[in-house]
Amino acid sequence: MTRIRRLPAPAMGLLACTLLAAGCRKEQQQTVNVAGSTSVHPYVELLAGEYQKKHPGRKVDVQAGGSAAGLKAALSGMADIGMCSRELKPEEAAQFNQVVIARDGVAVIVHPANPVNALTTEQIRGMFSGRITNWKEVGGHDVPIRLVTREEGSGTREAFVHLVMGQEEILRGAMAQASNGALKAMVRTEPAAIGYMSLGQVGTDVKALRVDGQEPTAEGVLAGTYKLARPFLFVTKGPPGADAQAFIDYVLSPEGQKALEAEGFIRAR
Amino acid sequence: MRQDQLIKTILMAVALSAILGLALMTVFIFKEGMPLIVQVGGRDFFCSSDWSPGKGRFGILSMIVGSLLVTLGALVIGVVFSLGLAVVLTQFCPPALARILKPVIELLAGIPSVVYGFMGMVTIVPLIRDHLGGAGYSVLAGSIVLGVMILPTVTSISVDALHAVPRPFWEGSIALGATRWQTTHMLMLKAARSGILAAVILGMGRAVGETMAVIMVTGNSLDIPRRLTDSVRTLTSNIALEMNYASGAHSQALFATGVTLFVIIMVLNTLAMAVSRRRMAMGGTR
Repeated sequence: MTRIRRLPAPAMGLLACTLLAAGCRKEQQQTVNVAGSTSVHPYVELLAGEYQKKHPGRKVDVQAGGSAAGLKAALSGMADIGMCSRELKPEEAAQFNQVVIARDGVAVIVHPANPVNALTTEQIRGMFSGRITNWKEVGGHDVPIRLVTREEGSGTREAFVHLVMGQEEILRGAMAQASNGALKAMVRTEPAAIGYMSLGQVGTDVKALRVDGQEPTAEGVLAGTYKLARPFLFVTKGPPGADAQAFIDYVLSPEGQKALEAEGFIRAR
Repeated sequence: MRQDQLIKTILMAVALSAILGLALMTVFIFKEGMPLIVQVGGRDFFCSSDWSPGKGRFGILSMIVGSLLVTLGALVIGVVFSLGLAVVLTQFCPPALARILKPVIELLAGIPSVVYGFMGMVTIVPLIRDHLGGAGYSVLAGSIVLGVMILPTVTSISVDALHAVPRPFWEGSIALGATRWQTTHMLMLKAARSGILAAVILGMGRAVGETMAVIMVTGNSLDIPRRLTDSVRTLTSNIALEMNYASGAHSQALFATGVTLFVIIMVLNTLAMAVSRRRMAMGGTR
Protein backbone atom coordinates (compact mmCIF):
# COMPACT_ATOMS: atom_id res chain seq x y z
CA MET A 1 0.00 0.00 0.00
CA THR A 2 2.74 2.45 0.96
CA ARG A 3 4.31 1.81 -2.40
CA ILE A 4 1.26 3.04 -4.21
CA ARG A 5 0.83 6.05 -2.02
CA ARG A 6 4.37 7.23 -2.64
CA LEU A 7 3.96 7.09 -6.40
CA PRO A 8 2.23 10.33 -7.31
CA ALA A 9 5.15 12.27 -5.78
CA PRO A 10 7.04 12.75 -9.07
CA ALA A 11 3.86 13.80 -10.74
CA MET A 12 3.14 16.29 -8.00
CA GLY A 13 6.69 17.62 -8.28
CA LEU A 14 6.28 18.13 -11.99
CA LEU A 15 3.01 19.95 -11.46
CA ALA A 16 4.55 22.20 -8.82
CA CYS A 17 7.43 23.09 -11.16
CA THR A 18 5.05 24.00 -13.95
CA LEU A 19 2.95 26.20 -11.72
CA LEU A 20 6.06 27.85 -10.32
CA ALA A 21 7.42 28.57 -13.80
CA ALA A 22 4.11 30.04 -14.88
CA GLY A 23 4.06 32.33 -11.87
CA CYS A 24 7.55 33.63 -12.45
CA ARG A 25 6.96 35.66 -15.60
CA LYS A 26 9.38 38.55 -15.41
CA GLU A 27 8.20 42.14 -15.61
CA GLN A 28 10.21 44.06 -18.20
CA GLN A 29 10.79 47.76 -17.87
CA GLN A 30 10.28 48.79 -21.48
CA THR A 31 6.84 47.28 -21.87
CA VAL A 32 4.47 49.01 -24.26
CA ASN A 33 0.92 48.17 -23.24
CA VAL A 34 -1.56 47.90 -26.10
CA ALA A 35 -5.23 47.22 -25.37
CA GLY A 36 -8.57 47.32 -27.14
CA SER A 37 -10.51 45.95 -30.07
CA THR A 38 -10.78 42.18 -30.26
CA SER A 39 -10.84 42.29 -34.05
CA VAL A 40 -7.50 44.07 -34.26
CA HIS A 41 -5.95 42.18 -31.36
CA PRO A 42 -4.81 38.95 -33.11
CA TYR A 43 -2.98 40.84 -35.85
CA VAL A 44 -1.34 43.37 -33.57
CA GLU A 45 -0.24 40.50 -31.35
CA LEU A 46 1.31 38.89 -34.42
CA LEU A 47 3.10 42.13 -35.29
CA ALA A 48 4.20 42.55 -31.68
CA GLY A 49 5.78 39.09 -31.81
CA GLU A 50 7.75 40.01 -34.93
CA TYR A 51 8.72 43.37 -33.44
CA GLN A 52 10.05 41.78 -30.27
CA LYS A 53 12.01 39.27 -32.31
CA LYS A 54 13.70 42.10 -34.21
CA HIS A 55 14.31 44.23 -31.12
CA PRO A 56 15.25 41.99 -28.22
CA GLY A 57 14.76 43.74 -24.91
CA ARG A 58 11.70 45.69 -26.01
CA LYS A 59 8.41 44.30 -24.98
CA VAL A 60 4.90 44.86 -26.31
CA ASP A 61 1.98 43.47 -24.35
CA VAL A 62 -1.27 43.23 -26.32
CA GLN A 63 -4.61 42.76 -24.56
CA ALA A 64 -8.05 42.30 -26.08
CA GLY A 65 -11.12 43.85 -24.50
CA GLY A 66 -13.11 45.71 -27.13
CA SER A 67 -12.73 49.12 -28.75
CA ALA A 68 -14.50 50.93 -25.91
CA ALA A 69 -12.24 49.34 -23.30
CA GLY A 70 -9.23 50.27 -25.45
CA LEU A 71 -10.21 53.92 -25.56
CA LYS A 72 -10.85 53.93 -21.83
CA ALA A 73 -7.50 52.28 -21.10
CA ALA A 74 -5.64 54.76 -23.29
CA LEU A 75 -7.41 57.66 -21.60
CA SER A 76 -6.69 56.47 -18.07
CA GLY A 77 -3.07 55.64 -18.89
CA MET A 78 -3.57 51.92 -18.22
CA ALA A 79 -2.50 51.31 -21.80
CA ASP A 80 0.06 53.23 -23.84
CA ILE A 81 -1.84 52.52 -27.04
CA GLY A 82 -5.54 51.86 -27.45
CA MET A 83 -6.82 49.78 -30.38
CA CYS A 84 -10.08 50.80 -31.98
CA SER A 85 -11.86 49.21 -34.94
CA ARG A 86 -14.28 52.02 -35.82
CA GLU A 87 -14.17 55.74 -36.61
CA LEU A 88 -13.82 57.91 -33.52
CA LYS A 89 -16.81 60.05 -32.64
CA PRO A 90 -16.07 63.80 -32.79
CA GLU A 91 -15.93 64.15 -29.00
CA GLU A 92 -13.55 61.16 -28.82
CA ALA A 93 -11.39 62.49 -31.61
CA ALA A 94 -10.76 65.60 -29.53
CA GLN A 95 -9.36 63.51 -26.68
CA PHE A 96 -6.90 61.34 -28.59
CA ASN A 97 -4.06 61.28 -31.07
CA GLN A 98 -5.12 58.76 -33.70
CA VAL A 99 -3.24 56.83 -36.37
CA VAL A 100 -4.89 54.60 -38.97
CA ILE A 101 -2.84 51.39 -39.07
CA ALA A 102 -4.99 49.56 -41.66
CA ARG A 103 -8.46 49.42 -43.16
CA ASP A 104 -10.83 46.50 -43.24
CA GLY A 105 -13.17 46.24 -46.20
CA VAL A 106 -16.13 43.87 -46.22
CA ALA A 107 -17.12 42.37 -49.56
CA VAL A 108 -20.58 40.89 -50.07
CA ILE A 109 -20.11 37.78 -52.18
CA VAL A 110 -22.35 35.45 -54.20
CA HIS A 111 -21.93 32.45 -56.50
CA PRO A 112 -20.38 33.52 -59.86
CA ALA A 113 -23.45 32.26 -61.74
CA ASN A 114 -25.83 34.47 -59.74
CA PRO A 115 -27.31 37.09 -62.13
CA VAL A 116 -27.47 39.72 -59.38
CA ASN A 117 -24.53 42.14 -59.58
CA ALA A 118 -25.46 44.89 -57.18
CA LEU A 119 -27.45 45.37 -53.99
CA THR A 120 -28.15 48.21 -51.62
CA THR A 121 -27.17 48.13 -47.97
CA GLU A 122 -30.89 48.10 -47.20
CA GLN A 123 -31.42 44.97 -49.32
CA ILE A 124 -28.47 43.16 -47.73
CA ARG A 125 -29.78 44.01 -44.27
CA GLY A 126 -33.22 42.73 -45.34
CA MET A 127 -31.72 39.43 -46.46
CA PHE A 128 -29.66 38.80 -43.35
CA SER A 129 -32.51 39.71 -41.03
CA GLY A 130 -34.98 37.48 -42.87
CA ARG A 131 -37.28 40.05 -44.56
CA ILE A 132 -36.06 39.19 -48.05
CA THR A 133 -35.98 35.42 -48.53
CA ASN A 134 -35.99 34.85 -52.29
CA TRP A 135 -33.52 36.02 -54.93
CA LYS A 136 -36.36 37.07 -57.25
CA GLU A 137 -37.21 39.91 -54.84
CA VAL A 138 -33.90 41.57 -55.77
CA GLY A 139 -33.90 40.70 -59.47
CA GLY A 140 -32.45 37.19 -59.40
CA HIS A 141 -33.79 33.70 -60.06
CA ASP A 142 -36.74 32.27 -58.12
CA VAL A 143 -34.67 30.43 -55.49
CA PRO A 144 -34.55 30.82 -51.71
CA ILE A 145 -31.60 32.82 -50.42
CA ARG A 146 -29.01 30.85 -48.45
CA LEU A 147 -27.28 33.08 -45.92
CA VAL A 148 -23.72 32.36 -44.94
CA THR A 149 -22.25 34.24 -42.02
CA ARG A 150 -19.10 34.20 -39.90
CA GLU A 151 -18.98 32.80 -36.39
CA GLU A 152 -19.73 34.93 -33.35
CA GLY A 153 -16.60 36.77 -32.23
CA SER A 154 -15.14 37.16 -35.71
CA GLY A 155 -13.95 40.68 -36.53
CA THR A 156 -15.39 40.50 -40.03
CA ARG A 157 -18.79 39.61 -38.57
CA GLU A 158 -18.49 42.47 -36.10
CA ALA A 159 -17.70 44.83 -38.98
CA PHE A 160 -20.59 43.52 -41.07
CA VAL A 161 -23.05 43.89 -38.20
CA HIS A 162 -21.78 47.39 -37.48
CA LEU A 163 -21.78 48.57 -41.11
CA VAL A 164 -24.85 46.78 -42.49
CA MET A 165 -27.09 45.37 -39.80
CA GLY A 166 -27.17 48.31 -37.41
CA GLN A 167 -29.51 47.34 -34.59
CA GLU A 168 -30.89 44.28 -36.38
CA GLU A 169 -29.61 40.78 -35.82
CA ILE A 170 -28.38 38.18 -38.26
CA LEU A 171 -30.94 35.42 -38.73
CA ARG A 172 -30.35 32.34 -36.57
CA GLY A 173 -30.87 30.05 -39.54
CA ALA A 174 -27.85 31.50 -41.37
CA MET A 175 -25.13 28.95 -41.99
CA ALA A 176 -21.80 29.74 -40.38
CA GLN A 177 -18.15 29.20 -41.24
CA ALA A 178 -15.08 30.01 -39.17
CA SER A 179 -12.76 31.63 -41.71
CA ASN A 180 -12.76 33.71 -44.88
CA GLY A 181 -11.55 30.66 -46.79
CA ALA A 182 -14.21 28.27 -45.50
CA LEU A 183 -16.95 30.81 -46.11
CA LYS A 184 -15.75 31.41 -49.64
CA ALA A 185 -15.67 27.65 -50.30
CA MET A 186 -19.28 27.41 -49.20
CA VAL A 187 -20.48 30.33 -51.35
CA ARG A 188 -18.51 29.03 -54.33
CA THR A 189 -20.35 25.70 -54.22
CA GLU A 190 -23.87 26.93 -53.36
CA PRO A 191 -25.62 28.75 -56.27
CA ALA A 192 -28.12 30.54 -54.00
CA ALA A 193 -25.68 31.64 -51.30
CA ILE A 194 -24.80 35.12 -50.14
CA GLY A 195 -22.01 35.80 -47.67
CA TYR A 196 -19.53 38.45 -46.66
CA MET A 197 -15.77 38.35 -46.19
CA SER A 198 -12.61 40.41 -45.99
CA LEU A 199 -12.31 42.40 -49.18
CA GLY A 200 -8.61 41.61 -49.52
CA GLN A 201 -9.18 37.86 -49.88
CA VAL A 202 -12.08 37.64 -52.32
CA GLY A 203 -10.12 36.39 -55.34
CA THR A 204 -11.84 35.35 -58.56
CA ASP A 205 -13.94 32.25 -57.81
CA VAL A 206 -16.80 34.15 -56.17
CA LYS A 207 -18.49 37.36 -57.25
CA ALA A 208 -18.21 40.45 -55.04
CA LEU A 209 -21.31 42.64 -55.44
CA ARG A 210 -21.47 46.38 -55.96
CA VAL A 211 -22.97 47.89 -52.85
CA ASP A 212 -25.03 51.08 -53.18
CA GLY A 213 -23.61 51.39 -56.69
CA GLN A 214 -19.96 51.33 -55.62
CA GLU A 215 -17.35 48.81 -56.77
CA PRO A 216 -15.80 46.81 -53.91
CA THR A 217 -12.13 47.61 -54.41
CA ALA A 218 -9.24 48.66 -52.19
CA GLU A 219 -9.17 51.95 -54.13
CA GLY A 220 -12.84 52.49 -53.36
CA VAL A 221 -12.18 51.92 -49.67
CA LEU A 222 -9.19 54.30 -49.64
CA ALA A 223 -11.17 56.95 -51.53
CA GLY A 224 -14.09 56.50 -49.13
CA THR A 225 -16.63 55.71 -51.86
CA TYR A 226 -17.14 52.03 -50.92
CA LYS A 227 -18.89 52.31 -47.60
CA LEU A 228 -18.54 48.78 -46.18
CA ALA A 229 -15.17 49.53 -44.64
CA ARG A 230 -13.79 50.59 -41.30
CA PRO A 231 -10.43 51.86 -40.09
CA PHE A 232 -8.23 50.14 -37.54
CA LEU A 233 -6.91 52.83 -35.26
CA PHE A 234 -4.14 53.18 -32.73
CA VAL A 235 -5.04 55.92 -30.29
CA THR A 236 -2.85 57.56 -27.65
CA LYS A 237 -3.57 60.19 -25.08
CA GLY A 238 -1.40 63.05 -26.22
CA PRO A 239 1.70 62.33 -28.31
CA PRO A 240 2.94 58.74 -27.86
CA GLY A 241 6.08 58.06 -25.79
CA ALA A 242 9.29 56.98 -27.50
CA ASP A 243 8.69 53.24 -26.97
CA ALA A 244 5.09 53.42 -28.15
CA GLN A 245 6.12 55.52 -31.16
CA ALA A 246 8.77 52.94 -32.11
CA PHE A 247 6.09 50.23 -32.20
CA ILE A 248 3.63 52.40 -34.14
CA ASP A 249 6.39 53.15 -36.65
CA TYR A 250 7.03 49.44 -37.03
CA VAL A 251 3.34 48.74 -37.70
CA LEU A 252 3.27 51.52 -40.32
CA SER A 253 6.57 50.40 -41.89
CA PRO A 254 6.37 48.57 -45.24
CA GLU A 255 7.03 45.31 -43.42
CA GLY A 256 4.24 45.80 -40.92
CA GLN A 257 1.79 46.96 -43.59
CA LYS A 258 2.66 43.99 -45.78
CA ALA A 259 1.94 41.60 -42.90
CA LEU A 260 -1.47 43.23 -42.41
CA GLU A 261 -2.22 43.03 -46.13
CA ALA A 262 -1.39 39.33 -46.03
CA GLU A 263 -4.19 38.99 -43.46
CA GLY A 264 -6.65 40.51 -45.94
CA PHE A 265 -6.63 44.13 -44.81
CA ILE A 266 -6.11 47.24 -46.86
CA ARG A 267 -3.03 49.35 -46.17
CA ALA A 268 -3.40 52.52 -44.14
CA ARG A 269 -2.62 54.87 -47.02
CA MET B 1 14.31 -7.84 -6.72
CA ARG B 2 15.26 -4.16 -6.50
CA GLN B 3 15.04 -3.80 -10.26
CA ASP B 4 11.65 -5.43 -10.22
CA GLN B 5 10.50 -2.91 -7.67
CA LEU B 6 11.89 0.01 -9.66
CA ILE B 7 10.18 -1.01 -12.89
CA LYS B 8 6.92 -1.55 -11.06
CA THR B 9 7.19 1.95 -9.60
CA ILE B 10 7.96 3.54 -12.96
CA LEU B 11 5.14 1.78 -14.75
CA MET B 12 2.73 2.67 -11.99
CA ALA B 13 3.78 6.33 -12.26
CA VAL B 14 3.21 6.30 -16.01
CA ALA B 15 -0.19 4.71 -15.60
CA LEU B 16 -1.22 7.10 -12.87
CA SER B 17 -0.04 10.17 -14.78
CA ALA B 18 -2.44 9.28 -17.57
CA ILE B 19 -5.28 9.23 -15.08
CA LEU B 20 -3.96 12.40 -13.47
CA GLY B 21 -4.03 14.07 -16.88
CA LEU B 22 -7.62 13.07 -17.37
CA ALA B 23 -8.55 14.26 -13.90
CA LEU B 24 -6.83 17.62 -14.42
CA MET B 25 -8.60 18.09 -17.73
CA THR B 26 -11.97 17.32 -16.21
CA VAL B 27 -11.38 19.70 -13.33
CA PHE B 28 -10.18 22.40 -15.71
CA ILE B 29 -13.14 22.14 -18.09
CA PHE B 30 -15.63 22.23 -15.24
CA LYS B 31 -13.81 25.05 -13.46
CA GLU B 32 -13.91 27.18 -16.62
CA GLY B 33 -17.39 26.25 -17.74
CA MET B 34 -19.53 25.81 -14.66
CA PRO B 35 -19.49 29.42 -13.40
CA LEU B 36 -21.09 30.59 -16.63
CA ILE B 37 -23.83 27.95 -16.51
CA VAL B 38 -24.57 28.98 -12.92
CA GLN B 39 -24.48 32.66 -13.81
CA VAL B 40 -26.71 32.34 -16.89
CA GLY B 41 -28.97 29.85 -15.19
CA GLY B 42 -29.50 26.26 -16.30
CA ARG B 43 -32.79 27.06 -17.95
CA ASP B 44 -31.51 29.85 -20.16
CA PHE B 45 -28.42 27.83 -21.01
CA PHE B 46 -29.90 24.42 -21.81
CA CYS B 47 -33.47 25.27 -22.82
CA SER B 48 -32.96 28.23 -25.14
CA SER B 49 -31.63 28.32 -28.70
CA ASP B 50 -30.67 31.97 -28.51
CA TRP B 51 -26.89 31.96 -28.91
CA SER B 52 -25.31 35.39 -29.28
CA PRO B 53 -22.43 35.62 -26.83
CA GLY B 54 -21.64 39.18 -27.90
CA LYS B 55 -24.97 40.24 -26.39
CA GLY B 56 -24.69 37.97 -23.36
CA ARG B 57 -27.15 35.33 -24.53
CA PHE B 58 -25.96 31.75 -24.26
CA GLY B 59 -28.65 29.23 -25.26
CA ILE B 60 -27.30 25.94 -26.59
CA LEU B 61 -30.50 23.90 -26.99
CA SER B 62 -30.28 23.82 -30.78
CA MET B 63 -26.73 22.46 -30.57
CA ILE B 64 -27.67 19.73 -28.09
CA VAL B 65 -30.47 18.70 -30.43
CA GLY B 66 -28.04 18.96 -33.35
CA SER B 67 -25.42 16.71 -31.73
CA LEU B 68 -28.00 14.08 -30.80
CA LEU B 69 -29.67 14.12 -34.23
CA VAL B 70 -26.47 13.85 -36.22
CA THR B 71 -25.19 11.07 -33.94
CA LEU B 72 -28.43 9.15 -34.16
CA GLY B 73 -28.43 9.47 -37.95
CA ALA B 74 -24.81 8.31 -38.08
CA LEU B 75 -25.62 5.29 -35.92
CA VAL B 76 -28.59 4.28 -38.09
CA ILE B 77 -26.49 4.46 -41.25
CA GLY B 78 -23.25 3.19 -39.73
CA VAL B 79 -24.72 0.26 -37.80
CA VAL B 80 -26.84 -1.06 -40.68
CA PHE B 81 -23.86 -1.17 -43.02
CA SER B 82 -21.39 -2.36 -40.37
CA LEU B 83 -23.57 -5.24 -39.22
CA GLY B 84 -24.22 -6.23 -42.81
CA LEU B 85 -20.52 -6.22 -43.49
CA ALA B 86 -19.69 -8.11 -40.32
CA VAL B 87 -22.25 -10.81 -41.10
CA VAL B 88 -21.06 -11.19 -44.67
CA LEU B 89 -17.41 -11.29 -43.65
CA THR B 90 -17.91 -13.95 -40.98
CA GLN B 91 -20.76 -16.06 -42.36
CA PHE B 92 -21.23 -15.79 -46.08
CA CYS B 93 -17.98 -14.95 -47.78
CA PRO B 94 -15.06 -17.21 -48.69
CA PRO B 95 -12.34 -16.90 -46.02
CA ALA B 96 -9.78 -15.85 -48.62
CA LEU B 97 -11.91 -12.86 -49.63
CA ALA B 98 -12.60 -11.97 -46.00
CA ARG B 99 -8.87 -11.89 -45.35
CA ILE B 100 -8.55 -9.16 -47.99
CA LEU B 101 -11.77 -7.26 -47.22
CA LYS B 102 -11.33 -6.84 -43.48
CA PRO B 103 -7.98 -5.00 -43.64
CA VAL B 104 -9.35 -2.83 -46.42
CA ILE B 105 -12.28 -1.77 -44.24
CA GLU B 106 -9.96 -1.18 -41.30
CA LEU B 107 -7.88 1.03 -43.54
CA LEU B 108 -10.85 3.43 -43.65
CA ALA B 109 -10.19 4.22 -39.98
CA GLY B 110 -6.82 5.70 -40.89
CA ILE B 111 -8.19 8.38 -43.22
CA PRO B 112 -8.08 11.81 -41.54
CA SER B 113 -11.48 13.28 -40.74
CA VAL B 114 -10.82 16.42 -42.79
CA VAL B 115 -10.63 14.19 -45.87
CA TYR B 116 -14.03 12.68 -45.05
CA GLY B 117 -15.37 16.19 -44.56
CA PHE B 118 -14.02 17.35 -47.88
CA MET B 119 -15.37 14.30 -49.70
CA GLY B 120 -18.75 14.95 -48.12
CA MET B 121 -18.63 18.59 -49.10
CA VAL B 122 -17.88 17.97 -52.78
CA THR B 123 -20.01 14.83 -53.31
CA ILE B 124 -22.76 14.31 -50.73
CA VAL B 125 -23.71 17.96 -50.19
CA PRO B 126 -24.41 18.70 -53.89
CA LEU B 127 -26.27 15.37 -54.23
CA ILE B 128 -28.60 16.27 -51.36
CA ARG B 129 -29.05 19.81 -52.66
CA ASP B 130 -29.95 18.64 -56.17
CA HIS B 131 -32.21 15.72 -55.25
CA LEU B 132 -33.71 16.47 -51.84
CA GLY B 133 -33.67 20.26 -51.77
CA GLY B 134 -32.35 22.60 -49.11
CA ALA B 135 -28.78 23.88 -49.08
CA GLY B 136 -27.27 20.41 -48.99
CA TYR B 137 -25.34 21.28 -45.83
CA SER B 138 -27.57 19.35 -43.50
CA VAL B 139 -28.24 16.84 -40.74
CA LEU B 140 -28.41 14.17 -43.42
CA ALA B 141 -25.01 15.05 -44.90
CA GLY B 142 -23.46 14.96 -41.43
CA SER B 143 -25.08 11.62 -40.64
CA ILE B 144 -23.87 10.02 -43.87
CA VAL B 145 -20.30 11.24 -43.45
CA LEU B 146 -20.19 10.18 -39.79
CA GLY B 147 -21.87 6.88 -40.64
CA VAL B 148 -19.04 6.09 -43.04
CA MET B 149 -16.48 7.25 -40.48
CA ILE B 150 -17.70 4.88 -37.76
CA LEU B 151 -18.04 1.99 -40.22
CA PRO B 152 -14.53 0.55 -39.72
CA THR B 153 -14.69 0.62 -35.91
CA VAL B 154 -18.12 -0.95 -35.66
CA THR B 155 -17.45 -3.53 -38.39
CA SER B 156 -14.12 -4.64 -37.02
CA ILE B 157 -15.31 -5.11 -33.43
CA SER B 158 -18.52 -6.82 -34.58
CA VAL B 159 -16.47 -9.23 -36.68
CA ASP B 160 -14.36 -10.07 -33.64
CA ALA B 161 -17.50 -10.59 -31.58
CA LEU B 162 -18.95 -12.95 -34.17
CA HIS B 163 -15.66 -14.85 -34.37
CA ALA B 164 -15.67 -15.22 -30.61
CA VAL B 165 -18.89 -17.26 -30.67
CA PRO B 166 -17.79 -20.88 -30.04
CA ARG B 167 -17.66 -22.94 -33.22
CA PRO B 168 -19.80 -25.82 -31.78
CA PHE B 169 -22.78 -23.44 -31.49
CA TRP B 170 -22.71 -22.93 -35.23
CA GLU B 171 -22.08 -26.60 -35.98
CA GLY B 172 -24.92 -27.64 -33.71
CA SER B 173 -27.33 -25.27 -35.37
CA ILE B 174 -26.43 -26.44 -38.87
CA ALA B 175 -26.61 -30.08 -37.74
CA LEU B 176 -30.15 -29.47 -36.48
CA GLY B 177 -31.12 -28.47 -40.00
CA ALA B 178 -31.13 -24.67 -39.70
CA THR B 179 -30.10 -22.80 -42.81
CA ARG B 180 -27.06 -20.49 -42.75
CA TRP B 181 -29.26 -17.39 -42.52
CA GLN B 182 -31.37 -18.89 -39.74
CA THR B 183 -28.18 -19.79 -37.89
CA THR B 184 -26.87 -16.28 -38.39
CA HIS B 185 -29.84 -14.27 -37.21
CA MET B 186 -31.23 -16.68 -34.63
CA LEU B 187 -27.98 -17.79 -33.06
CA MET B 188 -24.79 -15.98 -34.04
CA LEU B 189 -26.09 -12.40 -33.76
CA LYS B 190 -27.73 -13.18 -30.43
CA ALA B 191 -24.66 -14.87 -29.01
CA ALA B 192 -22.45 -11.98 -30.10
CA ARG B 193 -24.75 -9.13 -29.14
CA SER B 194 -22.82 -7.86 -26.13
CA GLY B 195 -19.75 -7.49 -28.35
CA ILE B 196 -21.81 -5.87 -31.07
CA LEU B 197 -23.28 -3.46 -28.54
CA ALA B 198 -19.77 -2.56 -27.42
CA ALA B 199 -18.96 -1.84 -31.06
CA VAL B 200 -21.98 0.44 -31.37
CA ILE B 201 -21.00 2.30 -28.18
CA LEU B 202 -17.52 2.95 -29.53
CA GLY B 203 -18.99 4.12 -32.81
CA MET B 204 -21.36 6.42 -30.97
CA GLY B 205 -18.48 7.91 -28.98
CA ARG B 206 -16.65 8.69 -32.16
CA ALA B 207 -19.75 10.18 -33.80
CA VAL B 208 -20.59 12.49 -30.88
CA GLY B 209 -17.02 13.73 -30.63
CA GLU B 210 -16.19 14.18 -34.30
CA THR B 211 -15.74 17.82 -35.25
CA MET B 212 -13.85 18.66 -38.41
CA ALA B 213 -15.85 16.55 -40.85
CA VAL B 214 -19.11 17.72 -39.28
CA ILE B 215 -18.23 21.42 -39.50
CA MET B 216 -17.57 20.99 -43.21
CA VAL B 217 -20.90 19.38 -44.13
CA THR B 218 -23.62 20.49 -41.70
CA GLY B 219 -23.66 24.24 -42.41
CA ASN B 220 -23.55 25.16 -38.69
CA SER B 221 -26.70 27.27 -38.48
CA LEU B 222 -28.20 27.93 -35.06
CA ASP B 223 -31.80 26.91 -35.71
CA ILE B 224 -33.30 23.67 -34.46
CA PRO B 225 -33.63 21.61 -37.66
CA ARG B 226 -37.15 20.70 -38.78
CA ARG B 227 -36.15 18.48 -41.68
CA LEU B 228 -33.23 16.17 -42.31
CA THR B 229 -32.16 18.56 -45.07
CA ASP B 230 -31.90 21.52 -42.67
CA SER B 231 -28.58 22.90 -41.57
CA VAL B 232 -27.51 22.23 -37.98
CA ARG B 233 -24.70 23.01 -35.53
CA THR B 234 -23.34 20.41 -33.12
CA LEU B 235 -21.75 21.07 -29.72
CA THR B 236 -18.29 20.14 -30.97
CA SER B 237 -18.67 22.34 -34.05
CA ASN B 238 -19.64 25.28 -31.87
CA ILE B 239 -16.45 25.02 -29.83
CA ALA B 240 -14.22 24.63 -32.86
CA LEU B 241 -15.96 27.37 -34.86
CA GLU B 242 -15.84 30.06 -32.22
CA MET B 243 -12.72 29.40 -30.18
CA ASN B 244 -10.53 31.58 -32.42
CA TYR B 245 -11.62 34.96 -31.13
CA ALA B 246 -13.59 34.08 -28.03
CA SER B 247 -12.64 35.89 -24.84
CA GLY B 248 -14.20 36.48 -21.45
CA ALA B 249 -17.72 35.16 -21.02
CA HIS B 250 -17.79 33.90 -24.61
CA SER B 251 -14.80 31.67 -23.97
CA GLN B 252 -16.35 30.46 -20.72
CA ALA B 253 -19.51 29.65 -22.65
CA LEU B 254 -17.49 27.48 -25.02
CA PHE B 255 -16.08 25.62 -22.03
CA ALA B 256 -19.62 25.26 -20.77
CA THR B 257 -20.49 23.76 -24.15
CA GLY B 258 -17.63 21.35 -23.49
CA VAL B 259 -19.03 20.52 -20.06
CA THR B 260 -22.38 19.72 -21.68
CA LEU B 261 -20.72 17.49 -24.26
CA PHE B 262 -18.73 15.77 -21.50
CA VAL B 263 -21.88 15.02 -19.52
CA ILE B 264 -23.79 13.81 -22.60
CA ILE B 265 -20.99 11.40 -23.53
CA MET B 266 -20.77 10.15 -19.92
CA VAL B 267 -24.52 9.56 -19.77
CA LEU B 268 -24.65 7.82 -23.17
CA ASN B 269 -21.70 5.58 -22.33
CA THR B 270 -22.96 4.68 -18.88
CA LEU B 271 -26.38 3.90 -20.28
CA ALA B 272 -25.01 1.75 -23.06
CA MET B 273 -22.65 -0.04 -20.69
CA ALA B 274 -25.43 -0.73 -18.22
CA VAL B 275 -27.59 -2.18 -20.99
CA SER B 276 -24.78 -4.36 -22.26
CA ARG B 277 -23.97 -5.63 -18.77
CA ARG B 278 -27.60 -6.53 -18.16
CA ARG B 279 -27.83 -8.30 -21.49
CA MET B 280 -24.68 -10.23 -20.71
CA ALA B 281 -25.97 -11.26 -17.31
CA MET B 282 -29.21 -12.46 -18.91
CA GLY B 283 -27.28 -14.43 -21.51
CA GLY B 284 -25.26 -16.07 -18.77
CA THR B 285 -28.23 -17.35 -16.79
CA ARG B 286 -29.90 -18.94 -19.76
